[in-house]
Amino acid sequence: MSDTGGHDAGHDHDHTPPPDSSEGLGHYNVMEIAVRELLIDKGILEPGQIRAAVEAMDSRSPEGGAKVVAKAWVDSEFKARLLDDGTAACASLGIEMGPTRLAVVEDTSEVHNVLVCTLCSCYPRMLLGLPPDWYKSREYRSRVVREPRTVLREFGTELPDDVTLRVHDSTAELRYLVLPMRPTGTEGMSESELAALVTRDCMIGVTLPGVPA
Amino acid sequence: MAKFDVGETVRVREAHPMGHLRTPRYIMGKAGVVEQCCGEFGNPEDLAFGRNGTPRQALYRVRFAQSDVWQNYDDGAADTVDVELYEHWLEPMAAQHGDAQ
Repeated sequence: MSDTGGHDAGHDHDHTPPPDSSEGLGHYNVMEIAVRELLIDKGILEPGQIRAAVEAMDSRSPEGGAKVVAKAWVDSEFKARLLDDGTAACASLGIEMGPTRLAVVEDTSEVHNVLVCTLCSCYPRMLLGLPPDWYKSREYRSRVVREPRTVLREFGTELPDDVTLRVHDSTAELRYLVLPMRPTGTEGMSESELAALVTRDCMIGVTLPGVPA
Repeated sequence: MAKFDVGETVRVREAHPMGHLRTPRYIMGKAGVVEQCCGEFGNPEDLAFGRNGTPRQALYRVRFAQSDVWQNYDDGAADTVDVELYEHWLEPMAAQHGDAQ
């Protein structure tokens, strides 16, 4: 454990919990604590409400998105609604997008889609849960927009040269979900069996859904 | 009312104001085609300072050819990047180059 300096002078820290990170609390950690304590002190929120909101955020997972994709694969009418108004189509399955709006981008034999937020880490959390660390990394955010095919190759995804690669930079109000192509060889599968093929990464667009063994 | 229509070629302003921007620098100065009009939203540059975000801004998804965005883009020739941009960042382009995708 390294001591990063400034904390060895023996001054009193009684009121402050020991930091979880050896580097101490960063600017935004301190800001989060300050805002949270103010909201509670002013009676705007109860601690339990904050806890419940965090729990709800943590409980979302890519299963929500997979359910949407599988339904679109088996129900062409739902798919048309999903592409036209992703927010409303998801709401009809009980998945609420909250304050954001959903745009679903469809892969075809001519076009492959991949998602990024170059400015921060906007992500369809309602459908996929918390983003993976790599999605938030500066490396992914800067490189996938500049050399997307190289980045996809590093994820094990080789796109044919005649397929157009479309990067979607989620810079503002919309959130995106990639609707991958249904793999061949899945004709007899049920909706729930199909959903099991749909992974987080293929809904971001860095991989393709697996073909069942 | 949105000032630009789907299919119209627009250019992204180059500007570097202080504060919170939702316009990535790599797209400034580039020309693209309006892919979708997304409705009006509070201006994030105003909302970021606790103000009310007015005047609200029309938001667009604008599609850029990767070969126009990056020098020596050597991946697919038809590859594109779609970026969400607020209207006050966009300028009309005279349709002198009909070649943007």
